[in-house]
Amino acid sequence: MEVKIVSECFDPWQEIQQFQKTAEDMRGKFGATSVFVGTMRDFNEGDDVKGMMLEHYPGMTEKQLENIIAEAMNKWRIIDVLVVHRVGDVFPDDPIVLVAVWSSHRGDAFDTSRYIMEALKSKAPFWKKELLATDTERWVDKNTDGYL
Amino acid sequence: MSIKVRYFASLKEEVGRSEEELEFVGIASVIDVWKQANDDKALPTNILAAVNMEYVELDSLVNDGDEVAYFPPVTGG
Repeated sequence: MEVKIVSECFDPWQEIQQFQKTAEDMRGKFGATSVFVGTMRDFNEGDDVKGMMLEHYPGMTEKQLENIIAEAMNKWRIIDVLVVHRVGDVFPDDPIVLVAVWSSHRGDAFDTSRYIMEALKSKAPFWKKELLATDTERWVDKNTDGYL
Repeated sequence: MSIKVRYFASLKEEVGRSEEELEFVGIASVIDVWKQANDDKALPTNILAAVNMEYVELDSLVNDGDEVAYFPPVTGG
């Protein structure tokens, strides 16, 4: 498994290609790759948003994400997992999070990526502060329900 | 015992600092640490706590050298 917290804009598709290229033990073994990419919107709660600052708790973030992935790997038959998450100043259309899961069959890949994403939303210590088009700032106080 | 206290996000702005070191004599829980650090003020509702980077209940006991963190619900992803 690999967990990366990055402070610069990243390309999720390059991250996946790079991971697959270097993970030689996966070659010929995976039949399914499930990919989730979360991207910043330019609106939230009915307001135009022009930027966002993502704060995190260094150390605890990585620890919680590794715990979540380990739980998932115990629950489903997974070959490998890559999670990348942005921190710092983020702008609309920037990728915020990548969850990529490799497994032999699609069921395990789909279920694991959903599980990791929902657990990340409730347990990984990240916080978003939005900069609205009106130049006012506000903390995001809750995440939207992933099952709506 | 010595405890490192950390605050994050909107709570950090509310208390006006990001971290501090506190000294305790005897047994202390996570809520005791909050109270000593914040002039006995009640912990705002919905605030979560972690000791050494693992989530804990507010009545959990702390040990010498622990890092205790307080923060609002997380909003990553």
